Amino acid sequence: MIALVLVEHEGGHLKDATLSAVTAAAKLGEVHALVAGEGVGAVAEAAAKIAGVARVHVADGGAYAHQLAENVAPVAVAIVNDHCDYFVAAATTTGKNVAPRVAALLDVMQVSDVIAIEGPDTFVRPIYAGNAIATVKSSDAKKVLTVRGTAFEKAAAEGGSGVVEPYAGGGDAGLSSFVGAEIAASERPELTSAKIIVSGGRALGSSDAFHQYIEPLADKLGAAVGASRAAVDAGYVPNDYQVGQTGKIVAPECYVAIGISGAIQHLAGMKDSKLIVAINKDEEAPIFQVADLGLVGDLFKIVPELTEKL
Amino acid sequence: MKLLVPVKRVIDYNVKPRVKADGTGVDLANVKMSMNPFDEIAVEEAIRLKEKGAASEIVAVSIGPAKAQETLRTALAMGADRAILVQTEDAVEPLAVAKILAAIAKEEQPGMVILGKQAIDDDANQTGQMLAALLGWGQGTFASKVEVDGEQVNVTREVDGGLETVRLKLPAIVTTDLRLNEPRYASLPNIMKAKSKPLASKTPADYGVETAPRLQTLSVREPSKREAGIKVNSVDELIDRLRTAGVVG
Repeated sequence: MIALVLVEHEGGHLKDATLSAVTAAAKLGEVHALVAGEGVGAVAEAAAKIAGVARVHVADGGAYAHQLAENVAPVAVAIVNDHCDYFVAAATTTGKNVAPRVAALLDVMQVSDVIAIEGPDTFVRPIYAGNAIATVKSSDAKKVLTVRGTAFEKAAAEGGSGVVEPYAGGGDAGLSSFVGAEIAASERPELTSAKIIVSGGRALGSSDAFHQYIEPLADKLGAAVGASRAAVDAGYVPNDYQVGQTGKIVAPECYVAIGISGAIQHLAGMKDSKLIVAINKDEEAPIFQVADLGLVGDLFKIVPELTEKL
Repeated sequence: MKLLVPVKRVIDYNVKPRVKADGTGVDLANVKMSMNPFDEIAVEEAIRLKEKGAASEIVAVSIGPAKAQETLRTALAMGADRAILVQTEDAVEPLAVAKILAAIAKEEQPGMVILGKQAIDDDANQTGQMLAALLGWGQGTFASKVEVDGEQVNVTREVDGGLETVRLKLPAIVTTDLRLNEPRYASLPNIMKAKSKPLASKTPADYGVETAPRLQTLSVREPSKREAGIKVNSVDELIDRLRTAGVVG
């Protein structure tokens, strides 16, 4: 069995999500990697060094510069049809954009957001925002999966010696083009890969308070900053801060929830965190039912004290 | 330009889903059902495009049980012009849904299909991308902004870490993310008017689509429960505990 992993990269660097996808793929068979982009020689070399990667297929050209699904999917389909049994992508915005396109072209029903692999055709995935866990068996000959990064350890980035080979063919499908990107330039770690996350909720009361109380604590801890949907809806922070069913699903070493009551949809996005700390003035708040460490009290007093004493 | 807007009837997002005791699925008996929230955003976006003059007609489609009619009536009350119900009592997977929608798109020839990025029941996040693949169209997924510009559309997408804008040749597929808009509530007069808007009833067989599932659900269980921990009494105690846990040095 051979599993083809979609390599995610940015600015010439591999993204961590790929390493988790490689670990998942290795449970299925020999791992091949697909690097699509423009001028991605260095990325391909890096992919070949990931422990467990046997072959790296490189589609290098202008059409792949921004990993547009319309151009990348046909390349993946051609390689899978040629010699692979699985296509595996991380359940990131890139993976979620490309994988279903690959699945439909292969006439395969994708298994999304896999959190465990129980056999060659049997996978575990959360449904209803994690309120239920389904085990499903695929009857498709070739299988397409997206895998949740937090559920699989990262493969070692060094130690592999994969063979790099260029992919010829493909090109621009002429359906789409890249216009531009506004990637938030932040000194802080990214939410989905941060070891510690400090999240603020509606109780902050204003955008100013959010910045004044949450950010200094996050910076002291070297943490990413998240927010509840209520805080996003109230306009305190942009949507890409949102942790929850409809935002980002995170599972850091430590999650600090400040002024967050713990609505179902927020819990769905963070309850797999290793250590949950909750600070809330309402001792009945549902967040305390999942918190390992709870502190009941006024966040406007507690948070500055905590930030200062750390 | 005509717009096609698929909508799905799902458990209301305020209801906590309960796993059935026999582990076969989630109990939906006597549970409040509503339009998938991302699909509401899709309907709203279509209406706004029509109000701006960028679209001429909005056709809402639902694939599901007879009761999905209610979801279509909601779309009509919000402002869709007509509706198609593809009725089936079976669970239909995203791949089959995409095939049915592709057949409808070939008939209706819309300029865009706007749909939710995912349904909050199966959380698959596949249908739009699959539909784009089957039709050979471009896809603007997880949209936070949609601007039609002649024969093309610019779609700003919510990606990990920020935003990205792509330009798609029309016809194209757009899937909606939360920030795209805030859906309107249907007014009472519009709810009344929606009752007389046309609603065609079809079956998957009418479109020649086989809906037998490719994935067999072996079991559905509750997620492992998280035990509540302890309450600490002071910031100092909290810091001590964080040190013990190795979170802070």
